[in-house]
Amino acid sequence: MPGFGLTMGLTLSWLSIIILIPLAGLLLKSLELSPEQFWNILSSRRTLNALRVSFGLAFAAACVNLVMGSIIVWALVRYRFPGRRLFDAIVDVPFALPTAVAGVALTALFAEKGWLGAPLAAAGIKVAFTPLGIFVAMIFIGIPFVVRTVQPVLQDLDPEIEEAAGSLGASRWQTIIRVILPSLGPALLTGLALAFARAVGEYGSVIFIAGNLPNVSEIAPLLIVIRLSEFRYADATAIAVVMLVVSFVIIFAVNRLQRWARSRIPAR
Amino acid sequence: MTIEVRNLVKKFDSFKALDGVDLKVDNGELLALLGPSGSGKTTLLRIIAGLDWPDSGDVAFNGEDALAQGARERHVGFVFQHYALFRHMTVFENVAFGLRVQPRAIRKDESTIRARVTELLDLVQLDWLADRYPSQLSGGQRQRIALARALAIEPRILLLDEPFGALDAKVRKELRRWLRSLHHEINVTSIFVTHDQEEALEVANRVVVMDKGRIEQIGSPDDVYETPATAFVHGFIGESIELPVKIEGGVIRLGDRPLRLAADGLAPGASRLFVRRHDMLVGPPGSGAFEGAVQHVRNFGPVQRAEVALSGGETIEIDAPRDRELRAGDTIGLEPRRYRIFAGA
Repeated sequence: MPGFGLTMGLTLSWLSIIILIPLAGLLLKSLELSPEQFWNILSSRRTLNALRVSFGLAFAAACVNLVMGSIIVWALVRYRFPGRRLFDAIVDVPFALPTAVAGVALTALFAEKGWLGAPLAAAGIKVAFTPLGIFVAMIFIGIPFVVRTVQPVLQDLDPEIEEAAGSLGASRWQTIIRVILPSLGPALLTGLALAFARAVGEYGSVIFIAGNLPNVSEIAPLLIVIRLSEFRYADATAIAVVMLVVSFVIIFAVNRLQRWARSRIPAR
Repeated sequence: MTIEVRNLVKKFDSFKALDGVDLKVDNGELLALLGPSGSGKTTLLRIIAGLDWPDSGDVAFNGEDALAQGARERHVGFVFQHYALFRHMTVFENVAFGLRVQPRAIRKDESTIRARVTELLDLVQLDWLADRYPSQLSGGQRQRIALARALAIEPRILLLDEPFGALDAKVRKELRRWLRSLHHEINVTSIFVTHDQEEALEVANRVVVMDKGRIEQIGSPDDVYETPATAFVHGFIGESIELPVKIEGGVIRLGDRPLRLAADGLAPGASRLFVRRHDMLVGPPGSGAFEGAVQHVRNFGPVQRAEVALSGGETIEIDAPRDRELRAGDTIGLEPRRYRIFAGA
């Protein structure tokens, strides 16, 4: 194969420089800690709370994105309405917007005097500077992942199969549960995992709206930054390694899901 | 089950897909809806199935109003052109689908469902594929699975949309014969849509020829071939020679040239003359109604296909038997053994 040596060499060295070497450095740095120190850092109350806030809220936000994203995809793919292309483009805004800009905008919107914050405050709900604010920011940045993952699969799903299910006697509900969701299942799970991974790693938009109270609304990435600024590099790397491992597990799971999906439902 | 369709009209925006269609289908018939694309045949089939709704008109099954019911209640088996199999289910589960989604009150138990599905897979001769996924099947196999799936609900009517449209020529021929014998076996009132005249004439007991949202002719395969009711049917079914002629004072003219053909009972004015290619008999120059010069000759097995420039200026293709070899440059006389003339340009 012409060009194999060159492209393969470039691929491997580039991936090494960009991804593998920094990750290896991170792991090496964490090896400076004894297992006991490592455990102490991780089991400290502040670290555990930060991880819980990051992973817990990220998962909740990903679940909301899964439901709302599916509905948005359905509307964008299956119906023709004025402004459809515009809405389709708007889905990408969280991708493109600098996260700090998003954070500032969301904070202004949900602050106690903001357009949405004021009526919510009147109802006794505080969003900005609480974990709820983190949740909102994570929903914001995660939505395109679900939409863009499921959209091509739904486009490929022939509406005729719904008609076929109907003519075989299936109710609308049965059609959704037995035919549509299983066909979209792998894509939905992939979208969920991607939105989750993105929300776990999100920093920029979250720190503006979170309030960053230790143990309450402090996310793990922020805690890493704080530890670094205190020159406690080992602490920072320990938290980073945990996040790295979890991200790896998620990526691995996504890959397995996609393989499984391809093996069962090959493209036509 | 009889089907009666009365004055059906369906528009898509300004396009009239169906423009006043009346049709009666008898119990146990195997009917073909034949027409070019855009003739409204698939729309008619979908309305009968309950997948589309007409703007006006009636559909009745055994005299009962069918439009009051949705697709789900009509108990109509529908086989889609591209099969519409459920990709995430095995062949077995695809066929079982209609049985599994029945309301709990009438749903069969698992062993009855398994027995029924096995029986259907036997019927379509694909029992050995039960555990495969649709993507692992050939086109012809998918088609038969789609048919088995539609039959699982014991439909009152079976509707097939271009059932062989996506298959290659050899598989089509096999499946045609198979479908006819299957229909003989199960004897469910069936309608299939096709744009392939050979398919319609070979499989159906009655053929409905459609064009531009209207029914042009309903009849047996022999009827529509031997005695086409309209110019469209003559041109669409069988290979026809079409010539613009003029009828004036009891004479048929092609261009300026009068033809030696009887014009009895024909209305004066511009008309179209149709002759089947193989109904043009070749004779010596001066004999027959037409005269022309042979341009090209190609041989197709038992016939020779000749391009002939008529002295009226038109060029036609004829199919002649090989007993008298034609050569380019020959001048020949042509006599139509049978022909039909339809008024209108």
